[in-house]
Amino acid sequence: MAIIETKNLTIIFDMPNNTRITVLEDISFTLEEGEFVAILGPSGAGKSTLLRAIAGLITPTHGEVLYRGKLVEGVNPGISMVFQSAALFPWLTVLENVELGLKAKGLPPKERREKAIKMIDLIGLDGFESAYPKELSGGMRQRVGFARALVVEPEVLLMDEPFSGLDILTAENLRNDLLDLWIEHKIPTKSILLITHSIEEAVYLADRVIILDRNPGRIKQEIYIDLPHWRDRDDEAFLRLVDRIYGIMMGKPLVPKTVRPERYVTPLPHVRVGAIAGFIELLSDLVDTKVDIYKVAEDLQMDVADIQPVIEAAELLKFIDTTGGDITITEEGRIFAEADVLEKKQIFKKLLLEHVPFIQQILQVLNSKSNHRMPVEFFIELLETKFSESEAHNQIEIAIDWGRYAELFAYDEDSKEIYLEEEVVES
Amino acid sequence: MLYKAIPIKRIKISAIDLGIIFFLFAFIYGVVSTARGWRESPGYAINISLSFFSLPYYAWLSILRQFFAYMLSLVFSITYGYIASHNKSLEPFMISLLDILQSVPVLSFMPGVILGLIALFPYGRVGVELGSVVLIFTGQVWNMAFSVYGSMSTIPRDFDEAANVFNLTPFQKFIYVELPYSTIGLVWNSMMSVAGGWFFLMACEMFTLGEKDFRLPGLGSYLQLAAIKGDIRALLVGLGVMIAIIVIIDQLVWRPLIAWAQKFKVELSSEESVPHSAIFTLLQRSTIAPLIGGAVEDFWERISRRFPKKVSISPKKGLLSITRRILISILALIVVYGCFRLGIIVYKIPAFRWGDIFISDLFTLLRVSFAVGLSILWTLPVGVFIGMNPRLSTVMQPLVQIFASIPATAIFPIILMWLVSLRGGLSIASILLMLLGTQWYLLFNIIAGAMSIPAELKEASSIFGLSGIDRWRKLIIPAVLPQLVTGAITATGGAWNASVVSEYVHFRGTTLSVKGLGAMISSSADRGDFGVLAASTIIMIITVTIINRFFWRRLYWLAEEHYSL
Repeated sequence: MAIIETKNLTIIFDMPNNTRITVLEDISFTLEEGEFVAILGPSGAGKSTLLRAIAGLITPTHGEVLYRGKLVEGVNPGISMVFQSAALFPWLTVLENVELGLKAKGLPPKERREKAIKMIDLIGLDGFESAYPKELSGGMRQRVGFARALVVEPEVLLMDEPFSGLDILTAENLRNDLLDLWIEHKIPTKSILLITHSIEEAVYLADRVIILDRNPGRIKQEIYIDLPHWRDRDDEAFLRLVDRIYGIMMGKPLVPKTVRPERYVTPLPHVRVGAIAGFIELLSDLVDTKVDIYKVAEDLQMDVADIQPVIEAAELLKFIDTTGGDITITEEGRIFAEADVLEKKQIFKKLLLEHVPFIQQILQVLNSKSNHRMPVEFFIELLETKFSESEAHNQIEIAIDWGRYAELFAYDEDSKEIYLEEEVVES
Repeated sequence: MLYKAIPIKRIKISAIDLGIIFFLFAFIYGVVSTARGWRESPGYAINISLSFFSLPYYAWLSILRQFFAYMLSLVFSITYGYIASHNKSLEPFMISLLDILQSVPVLSFMPGVILGLIALFPYGRVGVELGSVVLIFTGQVWNMAFSVYGSMSTIPRDFDEAANVFNLTPFQKFIYVELPYSTIGLVWNSMMSVAGGWFFLMACEMFTLGEKDFRLPGLGSYLQLAAIKGDIRALLVGLGVMIAIIVIIDQLVWRPLIAWAQKFKVELSSEESVPHSAIFTLLQRSTIAPLIGGAVEDFWERISRRFPKKVSISPKKGLLSITRRILISILALIVVYGCFRLGIIVYKIPAFRWGDIFISDLFTLLRVSFAVGLSILWTLPVGVFIGMNPRLSTVMQPLVQIFASIPATAIFPIILMWLVSLRGGLSIASILLMLLGTQWYLLFNIIAGAMSIPAELKEASSIFGLSGIDRWRKLIIPAVLPQLVTGAITATGGAWNASVVSEYVHFRGTTLSVKGLGAMISSSADRGDFGVLAASTIIMIITVTIINRFFWRRLYWLAEEHYSL
């Protein structure tokens, strides 16, 4: 039976500069009783927004959220939530933090205290009742976050990347403790919905993984994880699943995106030239031919969320090619890796002009001006018709970084103008 | 109930606890007996005695007034800040109103407040007493309200969401989330506000309005009377008592409060230097203080259960918006009517008067600029010197705090005594008072700015051989500029306010005055000339606002954008 259901959920944010951004588009899925579902997606896919819409903290623009068949208006009555930052109140002790939700329910003090103490014991924080969050380590703080969410005995537990702020060992420890509570039915929770950007974490914990695409966020694919608990991360089947999901996440969108006429609409990944160059060099040392993206991430000891924008940038410039989860270095990429500083700049310049329309557009504008200068504000306003204000600033910052490196144009911090490099030589 | 309640036999009453109990009893007795005095005393013009023996009683009365004014400010600022941060449609209106009220000098409130309250309480001293408390309140409340509003509208999103997910009622959210989050800012601003209250104490305890002469027994009127009579001994002793009170209150109230407020810090990292207070540590060790704390908590909880579990807004919406509309219309009508009446009063002012007001405005502007310029001139090098020597700043900061809390108005008559015979003596004295009253804001901020210069930047500038002027231009000025501007905004506002008490003074039986907007305000209040009072107040508000908007704010943005560290 479905506990939570979303129907054609679409969320559009109105930005202050009168643009609208579609964060989530047409999300329909159900969370069944007894199910542990992970929602997986790159940053900017609207994962957190989806979770907040289900919690009833955000009202959807279109579509609806149902709890046991009833429309959710205001905060969803069947849920509780664990936050990425734990979101404990620093002025309350561990016990008081855990008790807070029970207070809101109007439980008498005695009952409240008993329940809170029991939950604190269960989550492994016995003896820390009167400590303040400041005195606890990150992992213990998140345990309090779990206790606070679980003590109100929610039907559905929502978790917003609860392990991502912790170090590897602490996170693993907490994951296993949570899983133990869940599989052994030590808590009355009927379903769990986890937001994460870690594929391994999703495959390790969940019964079903929903993969989100971004710009706008929509469901790309759902994958059932049929492996029995406790799962072995080195197991062949486990690795195959992880690999497959990597492929789906990194690959071309399964649903073709609507074609947009504007040329500069593809956002530039937020990666500086230094990171791209470093990545290509590392990659050319690591591999000879084709390689798994998953393997690359592992070899570089990087999280996929961190490495993904770099891969995107490298692919945008055609240094590499990724098809279905494999990376191949292109001819240019290989030459680039071997080249010296000046040659690198030349190659980068050539690829930039070929593959990044926005850079071409900047150059066209500068060339058409008699003094070859243009206030950066002009480009930001241009970008703001397509992106949010902060994203427009990010975009121009990246464009300037890339253009500067390629010596195509330069930027004057004082006058806030972008100008052509020749200008410097002439004047 | 294993965990919190202390079994009866374990209660130990220590010396500290006895101290707390006696303190409470004495306080209650003091308040009750003072209130009896209000009823018994006949008129408002009470004879103030300059005898030293009356000083303790006067001091007590002044402390009580400050206490009630502060309590009023506390309630008002929390209410105002809460409403302004929760009501999106009222927010812009309430905030600009606060901005304007902040720049109204205390004395401009005086006629309205006093006449209104005397009309309400025509018998005994009650009306004037309340008036004095309200006047002190008008000098304290605005920055506190700003602080509460600022905190409550910047509550971290996580906290807000957690409170909503766990279905806290609005009242529970206020008690467990919003109020705690606002506490630190509120404590610091309370300290500043109460210091401001002492600054204007003299003006708030003794004033004339038309033919009526109002005098309330208190330390402020004692000091003022001593100044009028030219009694230096009384002046010095009164000043000594005032400083003693301020230092004691600092140690007994503010230090413990600040130490306690550390609990509400949101940053989870441990701080390098945590404020300490011996009194606070003592209180923590006592048996009674935590019991009182627990009782307060229980009380909150009991109240919070009285409140509806959930506010159901949707069905009532129609009704709510209708009553709200009616309320807003009534408010708007009152405002329009008030503006209309004010317009008539101001319209009746002859043209030459207006010219006079504008010229006075220029004179005061000149004095204020001079005072602030002079303050910057000395506080910049000294502040930077202190701030860049960590050892020195740990010694100097508490000292500076004590200096800053001495109200300059109390020293003013003493200064005047020397300067009055000089040509332009009052003008110099007026600038000096502005300087004394406002330089501390600058010094505090510059020390803080200099302390925040990263060590690497200092090292880098030494390595590159920056010295002398270059070091100032390239490192120090850019680093402290944002803080300097913040301090200067407060200092300028304070200096304008100080002009009201420094340009027009009753001294040694005569009235001294110089040309200036402050003198204009005080003298018109003295005469009961409401037209000129209103007009000059409006001009002062406009001037202060313009200077803030077009000079300091611009400079601030510039500094933030270019030099922010």
